[in-house]
Amino acid sequence: MRKTLLVVIGMLALGIASAQSNVIKIATVSPLSGGQAVLGEAIKLGAQLAIEEAQAKFKAMGFDLQLTPQDDQATPDVGVAVAKRIVNDPDLLGVVGHLNSGVAIPSSEVYKETNLAMVSPANTNPRVTDRGYLNVNRICGRDDVQGPVGADYAVKTLKKKRLFVIHDKTAYGQGLAEAFAARAKELGSSVVAFVGTEEASNFQPLILQMRALKPDLVYYGGIYDKGGVLLKQMRERGVVATFMGGDGLDSSDFVRIAGKAAIGSLYTSTAGPADLFPKAAAFAKNYKAKFGKNVESYSIYAYDAANVLLSALEAAIKANGGKKPTREAVSKAVREVKMDGLTGRIEFDNKGDRTLSDYYVFYMKTDSYPGVVQKVIQFAPPKR
Amino acid sequence: MSLADLWSILPQTLLEGLLLGFVYAMIALGYTMVYGVLELINFAHSEIFMIGGVAGLEVFRYLSNGKGLEVHNPFLLLFLALVVGGGVAGLVAVLVERLAYRPLRKRGTINRLVPLITAIGVSFLLQDLVRAIEALWHNEFFLRYPTYPLLEKTFFLPLGMTIQTKAILVIVIAVLMLLGLNYLVNHTKLGRAIRAVAQDMNTAALMGINPDAIISRTFLIGGSLGGVAGVLFGLMYTVISPYSGFLPGIKAFTAAVLGGIGNIPGAVLGGLVLGQLETVGGTYLSFLTAGNFGSEYASVLAFLTLILILLFRPQGLLGQNVGEKV
Repeated sequence: MRKTLLVVIGMLALGIASAQSNVIKIATVSPLSGGQAVLGEAIKLGAQLAIEEAQAKFKAMGFDLQLTPQDDQATPDVGVAVAKRIVNDPDLLGVVGHLNSGVAIPSSEVYKETNLAMVSPANTNPRVTDRGYLNVNRICGRDDVQGPVGADYAVKTLKKKRLFVIHDKTAYGQGLAEAFAARAKELGSSVVAFVGTEEASNFQPLILQMRALKPDLVYYGGIYDKGGVLLKQMRERGVVATFMGGDGLDSSDFVRIAGKAAIGSLYTSTAGPADLFPKAAAFAKNYKAKFGKNVESYSIYAYDAANVLLSALEAAIKANGGKKPTREAVSKAVREVKMDGLTGRIEFDNKGDRTLSDYYVFYMKTDSYPGVVQKVIQFAPPKR
Repeated sequence: MSLADLWSILPQTLLEGLLLGFVYAMIALGYTMVYGVLELINFAHSEIFMIGGVAGLEVFRYLSNGKGLEVHNPFLLLFLALVVGGGVAGLVAVLVERLAYRPLRKRGTINRLVPLITAIGVSFLLQDLVRAIEALWHNEFFLRYPTYPLLEKTFFLPLGMTIQTKAILVIVIAVLMLLGLNYLVNHTKLGRAIRAVAQDMNTAALMGINPDAIISRTFLIGGSLGGVAGVLFGLMYTVISPYSGFLPGIKAFTAAVLGGIGNIPGAVLGGLVLGQLETVGGTYLSFLTAGNFGSEYASVLAFLTLILILLFRPQGLLGQNVGEKV
C-alpha cells in the first residue's frame, strides 16, 4: 500500500514537473545527409548561432532555450514523418526550415494542425505562402519573381534567343523553370525545349538534344547536386551554351562539383552574399570561428529566420504575463514582427511573405563561390 | 527543329548508347553468371558495382592528394583504380556469398524466396555500410571522379561524332574484359567446371568438382567485372554515391533477362540493346512526340520493349528453353 502511494506521488510529481517545464525548443528541419547536405547544414548552423546568442536572454526570463536539429533528407515523405514526430513535443514552439519547397509544402500541412510557427529561410515556391496559413512565413523571395528576374536578365541583358529549359520535377525546380520559361516567351525568346528529369548521373540524352537544337542558353530549375553534374557533362561534350539556374545553384558545392565548368555560368538567388550586407560581416566571422566553415548564403537567412522566431517568442511571453505562450500565440506574434535583420528590414504581409524581398543575379567569374553580383532588384510579392 | 538536325546527332546518339550499353553489359554478366550456377537473382550485385566505383575513386584520391604516394600519369592511375575497384568488388562479392548465401544453401533451404530476400537485405546493408564508411572517413558520400585533361581530350570523328579519350578507354577495356571472360568460360578448366556446376551441381560434385569453390570463384569473377564497370561508370558520368548502384543495377538485371538470364552472350547483347533503347529513346522521344513525352519516358520505352520481347520470347533473346532440372 505504502509502495503504491509512493509511486502515485512520484508520478504526480513528474506530471507537475512536465506541465511546468520551462524548456522552449526550436527545431531546424533541413537535409543534413544526402547530396544537398551542404545547404541543409548551413541552415542548421545559421539558426544555431542565433539561438546560442539568445540563450542568456531567455534564461533571464526563466526559460531554457534549446535547438533540436532534424534531417528531412530533402525528401517529402521523410519531411512529413519528421514533422509528425516533432509536433508531439509540447515544448517545441517554432520551426526554421525547410530547404526544399517540395518538402516544406506537405510538412507545413502537419505544422498547421497545431499552428506551429514555421519561418522558412529558403522555400521560394509560391504555393508555400499562397495557401494563406497563419503559421507559415518565409524571409526569402518567391519563384514567381525569381524566375522572371532570371528571364529578364537572360533575354534583355544577355540577348539570349534560344532557351533550353530543364527542371528536376520537384515543386521547386518545376515551378521556377515554368516561371522562367513563361517570362522569356513574353519577352520574345523561344523556348526550344522544356524537359523534366529525375536523372542524377547520365545526362547524355539531354546533351544530345542540345547538340541538335543548338540553344544559346540552358536554364536549370533544380538543386546544385544534379545541376553541377549536368553542367560538367555538357562542357565535356562540347556544349558551349551559357548555363543559368536559380537559387538551387547558390552553394559552394555547385562549384566543387562542376569545377572549372562553373566559370561563366549565372544563377539568380533570393539570398545575397555575406559581403553585401554590412551587418553580416561580424556574423560571418563568428560562424567561421565557431564551425570552421565559410557562410553559405542561406546561413544568413537561417540566422534571420531564427531571430524572427525568437523575437516573436519574446513578444508572446510578455503578452502571456511571463509564462510560456501557446503555439498559436507565437504564430500570431511572428506576423507582427518588425525588426532589422542581417538581410535588411523584416516585416510580413498577411500571407507570410516579406513585404519587400531582394533578388540577385550572380555571375561566376572564376571557379570560386559565391559569384559576382550583377544586379540587385527589390520586389514586393505579386498581388493576387 | 529540322529533320537534318535530327539526323545530324544520330551517329553521336548511337555512340553514347554503345558506351552505356557496354557498362550495362558488364554489370549484367554478374547477374547472369550467378543465376547460371545458383538460380539466384543476386540483387546485391548492384551494390557490388557501386563498391567497385567507390574503391576506384579512393585510389584516385589517395594517389593524388599530395600527401601519400603521388602518381601523376592519369592512365596509370586509371589502371590502378580498375585493378583495385575490380579486386575489392570481387572480394566483397565472395564475402557476401560466403556469409549470406552459403549458410542458407547448407541448411538446405528449398524455398527460392529466402535467398532472394537475403539478397535484397544485403543490398541495403552494403549501401548504408558504404555510406557510413565514407561519411566517417571523408565526411561526405556523394563523391566525384577527378578529371584529367589527358583523359578528357576530345577527338573528332566522321559524321559529326566526337569521342573523348576516356570513352575510347571504356570501350577498349569493356571489350577486353568480355573477350577475356569468354576465353575463361569456354576454354579453361575453371570455365568447364563453372559450366558443369551450372548444368547440374550434384553430378558435378560426383565428378570431383568442389561446387562451393566454383561458386565462390563465379562470384569473384562476376563481382570483379561489376567493380570494373563501376570505375568506368564513375569515370564516364563523373559522380558516384552509395545509391548510384540501384538504377544501373536494375537496368543491367533487365538486360540480363532481355538477353536470356543465365546466358553469357545474351547478357552482353541485352546490355547493348538496352543502352541503345534508353539513349535513343531519351534523345528522340520528345522530338517525335512534339514534346509530349520528354526524355524522362526513356525508361518507360525501354521497359515496354522488354515486356514486348518477353511476351514473344519468354526465354529472352538468346536464352534456350531448358527443361526443369530434376
